Amino acid sequence: MTKKFGICSKILVVFLFSSLLFGCKSGSTKAPKETVTVSVPKDNTAVVEDIKQAEKIFNALPSPLESAMLIKSAGARFDEVLLNPVGNVNSYVTNKSMALNLGIYTCDLSFASLYEQTQLIIDYMNAAKKMADGLGILKAIEQSQIDKLEENINNSEVIMEIVSETFMNSNSYLSDNGQPAIAAMVLVGGWFEGLYISTQLVDMKEFNGNKLVGRIIDQKLSIDILINLLESSKGNPAVDDLIVQVRKLKVVFDKIKITTSKIRPEFDKTSNTTVLKSEIKTDMTPEVFKELSITVSDIRKTFVNN
Amino acid sequence: MRIFRLIPILALLIITTTSTVDAQCKAFAKKICIPELGAYTHDGNYHAAILVEGEEAELYKTFYSDMEYRVSVCGEDKLPAIEFRVLDANKNVLYSNKDANFAKTWDFKLQSSQQLKLVVKVNSFNKPGETPASGCVAIMFGFKIKK
Repeated sequence: MTKKFGICSKILVVFLFSSLLFGCKSGSTKAPKETVTVSVPKDNTAVVEDIKQAEKIFNALPSPLESAMLIKSAGARFDEVLLNPVGNVNSYVTNKSMALNLGIYTCDLSFASLYEQTQLIIDYMNAAKKMADGLGILKAIEQSQIDKLEENINNSEVIMEIVSETFMNSNSYLSDNGQPAIAAMVLVGGWFEGLYISTQLVDMKEFNGNKLVGRIIDQKLSIDILINLLESSKGNPAVDDLIVQVRKLKVVFDKIKITTSKIRPEFDKTSNTTVLKSEIKTDMTPEVFKELSITVSDIRKTFVNN
Repeated sequence: MRIFRLIPILALLIITTTSTVDAQCKAFAKKICIPELGAYTHDGNYHAAILVEGEEAELYKTFYSDMEYRVSVCGEDKLPAIEFRVLDANKNVLYSNKDANFAKTWDFKLQSSQQLKLVVKVNSFNKPGETPASGCVAIMFGFKIKK
């Protein structure tokens, strides 16, 4: 009994200590101040130094909405065939496939939204909802938002707002609830879908000077961010598999050379905007593009054909 | 034996407290930081964390030449001023909000696409012996197609 009580006491102490830590971390206004101020040494320099070392790093990939916007701004056409059919939703049952396809469907939804494909917008919002629900993301996409979407189906501004809001609901829930691996996989899915759609839309007859090719080359700038994002969840088997796949893609991206001049910030008073001026030189042969396109397509196949 | 009954209650309390904290951070980002994006479309990404005074956070992101961007960096009122700097790949400082009275937003566009680094630092109240203040800090991006 004494031993049991001893173990219990230890558990209780751990719980109490954890509780105290959460209180400190949150700075919650609901918690009484006394609980967060105890046991802080007079000289807290060392504590502050430790905190400084616990630096937070965000590896930000373009969101599905931004990826879709980049495709549209490059003057690309809309092609429904390229999207992941909504009929596939029921085949995604693992957390990995649901996370990747939440990103993929959100990118398809964004793409459909920007090209005002009204029925597809509803269909892809429902597909994304199914993935978010499957992942247990509470209130990511609520029925009220789908209703609002239907009511404003011809108002692209409202639609983009809803897409942005629902995506943030998902990734904030995952980040805030200690699921960074799932959050990363959602972003990876969205990024791959954007890259897949872009590569498929390039007309090889108009390869040189193609704006969309330029945006595809730009994705090389994000490949290390993508790897760092995944490596922050290294050890998770699903993430480890993705790292292997992304490294294969990096090998192809490494064949593209990007050289940039020094960036010169210039402030434009009229628009109250800073212009970051620089010149960039890139080279990507049609052969490297084809290799890139095949690699992206092969990896994406493993995401959507589960 | 009372202790056995206490454990689940405490566990529930901790879980509730954590969710409340997280919800507060998300709510803060949504209510305070996103409106700062104004006419720019929020990209939908969420970068927020509880930071303590003196602490730094870094963000890496590729920005595209086709877009105009607004970055919004906000900290809860209980925190000291939030400083942010934007650096290129060679660590040259391209912008510091310290030169703009700790402005919460910065509008920019690029002649060519670049990967940039954003360094966010919660300044210090410089009150030795006191518990460092902590609170939510959110970094949000808005974009629009370049005119």
